[in-house]
Amino acid sequence: MSNLKTALFDFHVSQGAKMVPFAGYEMPIQYSFGIINEHDKVRADAGIFDVSHMGQFSIVGDDSICSAIEKIIPIDLSVLKMNQSKYSFLMNEQGGIDDDLIVTRVKNGINIVLNAACKHSDVKTLKNILPNPDCATLHDHLALIAVQGPLAVSILEEIVPGVADLKFMNGGEFSYDGETIYITRSGYTGEDGYEISISNEKIIKLCEELLSKNKIAMIGLGARDSLRLEAGLCLYGHDLDKTTSPIEADLMFGIAKNRRATFDFVGGDVVKAHVEKGITRKRVGIKLEGKIIAREGAKIFQSEKEVGVVTSGCFGPSVGSAVVIGYVNFDCSEEGTSVELEVRGKKYPAKICLLPFYKKSYAK
Amino acid sequence: MSEVKYSKKHEWVSVDGDVGTVGITKHATEQLGDIVFAEIPDVGKTLTSGGEAAVVESVKAASDVYTPVSGEITEGNPAIVEDPSLVNKDPEGNGWFFKIKITSPDELAALMNKADYEKFVEENPS
Repeated sequence: MSNLKTALFDFHVSQGAKMVPFAGYEMPIQYSFGIINEHDKVRADAGIFDVSHMGQFSIVGDDSICSAIEKIIPIDLSVLKMNQSKYSFLMNEQGGIDDDLIVTRVKNGINIVLNAACKHSDVKTLKNILPNPDCATLHDHLALIAVQGPLAVSILEEIVPGVADLKFMNGGEFSYDGETIYITRSGYTGEDGYEISISNEKIIKLCEELLSKNKIAMIGLGARDSLRLEAGLCLYGHDLDKTTSPIEADLMFGIAKNRRATFDFVGGDVVKAHVEKGITRKRVGIKLEGKIIAREGAKIFQSEKEVGVVTSGCFGPSVGSAVVIGYVNFDCSEEGTSVELEVRGKKYPAKICLLPFYKKSYAK
Repeated sequence: MSEVKYSKKHEWVSVDGDVGTVGITKHATEQLGDIVFAEIPDVGKTLTSGGEAAVVESVKAASDVYTPVSGEITEGNPAIVEDPSLVNKDPEGNGWFFKIKITSPDELAALMNKADYEKFVEENPS
């Protein structure tokens, strides 16, 4: 089966992108600028990411859909304000994470952004629990781009007036070239910025207009990965999967406060046990000495005993050394704990550290 | 002038007497992208042609560097360990990886000259 193309495929190629298969799509891994330059561009100025491969799912309905959604996504829709977004999970019976996602309350229902690799199975799961599956749609005609970086606000404000007033994890409808588009102030880079949902017909025009401004460039999946790793953010299928609970992943904030009291959601009994009785393993950041890089699959040791495994790791250009996320036995998970990472048969000293590796403040 | 030969795995070897200087080609660095880590072999290590000799890592991935000829390592290039971006900047010069005392000079005949390597790259784009 050949890979799918987003509406920006030809545009990426014309911009000098190197295209690679990713989650069933042909996506740009980098442009001629190179991964480190692209990474630095987002930290210093601004960058545009095509994330149209992700699933844009909407459920139209009144409050009656809320209880169905809350059964499988442990958020509290009663406190979610209009146009407010929350990070959460699609839970399974085993207390594991079937996907991590962003839910936004909109005027006629709920929008959910799903990971590309999971979106079709997620849609099936979500439609199953809805009283009326016909009110749920996966929008293939919509493109999605992220505009990220310290200059994202001023650049986008010039093109779409009003976006500067959005608060972090809030969205709204805006007008662009005669079309109503939806923009949220959010991202996956550790920088301020936006995610813009717009029709496949208008996306190229918007990208061209953004690129006509100074200090903004197209950014590929390579830099997206190094940026999110520095920001300590999880990549589903690597740092999270069907067997990791939100507690093991140290993502308690993805479960709404009052849902942590009742645990009345799919897999809630397992999550409850993890909160009350403790966990055996935990997701941590790991800092290596020197230039050595530990990547996904590298084993973690403490005094010759295997105590964990790396789930993501790469060079972090803004940090100047490797940025590594992994899971370790709970008794090794405290900040500052000395461990060793095995790379090509040799063990290298490392320390458990706090996430993120790189921090900037968001507009609150 | 020393003779430079190329392997299908995108290493070059510059031969001077019985010592070969080995690095990766410009084409290889372009495929790898920004190099952020390099590991060189220990002096005295004996290797056979095609064997893993060194490591080079880009932001995204780690790759092995193979030796195109058999022999004993006489020197590694500490400059690329200190500044891995040197491999991008000058792959077929100051960005060399190691020197090897060649034990089977006849292996050189199986390697490509510059023109043949360029043709090989053109015919095998990755």
